Amino acid sequence: MAALPPSVAGEAVALATPPRSAAEREWVTLLRRLVRRRTALFGAIVVLGVVLAAALAPLVAPFDPLEQDIGQRLKEPGWQDAQGRVHPLGTDHLGRDILSRIVFGARIALVVGLAAVLISGVLGMLIGLLAGYFGGRVDDFLMRLADIQLAFPFILLAIAVIGVLGPSLRNIIIVIGVSSWVVYARVVRGEVLSIREREYVQAAIALGSQHWRVLRHHVLPNTFTPWLVVATLDMARVIVIESALSFLGLGVQPPTPTWGGMLADGRVYLSTAWWLATFPGLAILITVLGINLFGDGLRDTLDPRLKV
Amino acid sequence: MKSYLRRRLWQSLLVLLGVSVVVFLILHLTGDPAALLLPPDATAEDIAKFRTAMGFDDPVAVQYLRFLKGAVRGDFGESLRHGEPAMGLVLERLPATFELAGAGLLIALGLAIPAGIVSAVRRNTSVDYVSTVVALLGQAMPTFWLGIMLILVFSVRLNWLPSSGRGGLEHLILPAITLGLFTTARITRLTRSGMLEVLGQDYVRTARAKGVAEPPVVWKHALKNASIPIVTIVGIELGTLLGGSVITETIFAWPGVGRLSVQAIFNRDYPVVQSAVFLLASTFVIVNFLVDVVYTYLDPRIRFR
Repeated sequence: MAALPPSVAGEAVALATPPRSAAEREWVTLLRRLVRRRTALFGAIVVLGVVLAAALAPLVAPFDPLEQDIGQRLKEPGWQDAQGRVHPLGTDHLGRDILSRIVFGARIALVVGLAAVLISGVLGMLIGLLAGYFGGRVDDFLMRLADIQLAFPFILLAIAVIGVLGPSLRNIIIVIGVSSWVVYARVVRGEVLSIREREYVQAAIALGSQHWRVLRHHVLPNTFTPWLVVATLDMARVIVIESALSFLGLGVQPPTPTWGGMLADGRVYLSTAWWLATFPGLAILITVLGINLFGDGLRDTLDPRLKV
Repeated sequence: MKSYLRRRLWQSLLVLLGVSVVVFLILHLTGDPAALLLPPDATAEDIAKFRTAMGFDDPVAVQYLRFLKGAVRGDFGESLRHGEPAMGLVLERLPATFELAGAGLLIALGLAIPAGIVSAVRRNTSVDYVSTVVALLGQAMPTFWLGIMLILVFSVRLNWLPSSGRGGLEHLILPAITLGLFTTARITRLTRSGMLEVLGQDYVRTARAKGVAEPPVVWKHALKNASIPIVTIVGIELGTLLGGSVITETIFAWPGVGRLSVQAIFNRDYPVVQSAVFLLASTFVIVNFLVDVVYTYLDPRIRFR
């Protein structure tokens, strides 16, 4: 999306200590530019909020997310129990506090998101490096693999495989991770194609450096920036997929709270208790929006040419 | 151009072959397809007998070739639940899925292209901001939640539209919007950025300078050139739509391939699952090949590659 005009608020962000090394200065410049994009800043704050809520879930959540109380099932948002404790987002069909379940659900979403993005990111980086650096038949073969991967409707393949392997946190991470590498591979490959022709790479090859050395020291570091942008934006996609799997009953199994699982429960009570399905969905929407805005800002700051 | 298309056709066939390998492997993931296909209470003796009957004791390569021989004739075995040919069951449901995906795509193109153009032409006006914010929300909204919220508002509260099943146009509206929104958002952003890029080109400035009116500049000079990436993404978005149909059909009880496959997964009816995955993946490959054919007409530069 288009960058909004640099915000005045961004200018006011002062850094306590002056940066020392050149690398540090670079990071600070980058951070400052990110902060100036209001939408990216908003995204970063949202993401930080979700991460903190997940990390500190036992402190943040007002109730035990698993504690059932049939006596106070399906209570509307803002309901106060006999001890005067408020359920800000109401209770579900088993009398569990919805806000607490959403806070704990963020843990599953983020763990799956991070782990799957790491797996697919490393896999895609490797494949992209090999395809771009060696070219020719290696490239042809790897890019056909990418076409095959892309031919499958992702969610259908994922539920088919998880249906066979059985739903568990580990299986979900592996299935999403192993089948999401294509976008990384394509972006990294594109970068490598141009880096390979640069003089310093050609010089390294001419001097007799081994392939792996050229890849590690000269090519890999230069593909990191676009990789990071793709990884950030892909995290949003993975979170939606995790919740879709949980929604279909193929995610992390109950009673562990997941956003998708809560939505599936809430769907049954749609005509009597709207809040059951509404709030977990809002949690997904806000998280994904935050990641997307942050990722867009990161792309516009780091690598505006990148089309992802 | 012929050699380009011939190469693409060859590549598409290779991809279809790869698809068949993956579909074959789904059953072999746990190492023992017999245990997957039989009910959990089957005795060891039953399993052994079944394994011999189905040829699961043969080398995997032999099994794959047998599978491939069936697959090219559309034979994926019989549904374990219905006792009918699995592919037949899936094909029966295909028109419903195409209807839904087509309607979703139609909504997406009908909304996104005008929105993207207006956004680009009236850049940084309130129209642009509204369309950008809607597109951002649309990309962040999970399909299943959108579907549920639409049911909540239009079926449960207002009682205007049915929440499930397939029938007249009124049945199609909510699922098509649900399925199409993500694609709408994506194409809106793409059209906007594509138009902005083209509107800054020299030939657009030339057209304006020689006195061409604004509407033909936008529609003829700019849109025609901005349409190339849009055609490409339509092919790719079809994958999103076919995949999204799995969720959307489940929510709206739409009798298509997606819902059938989710039910089949829970019934452990793997021949049906394999047929559905294979059919949808092949559809995607074929459509993208056709997109490439269209593409060579739109962008003559490709013909000379």
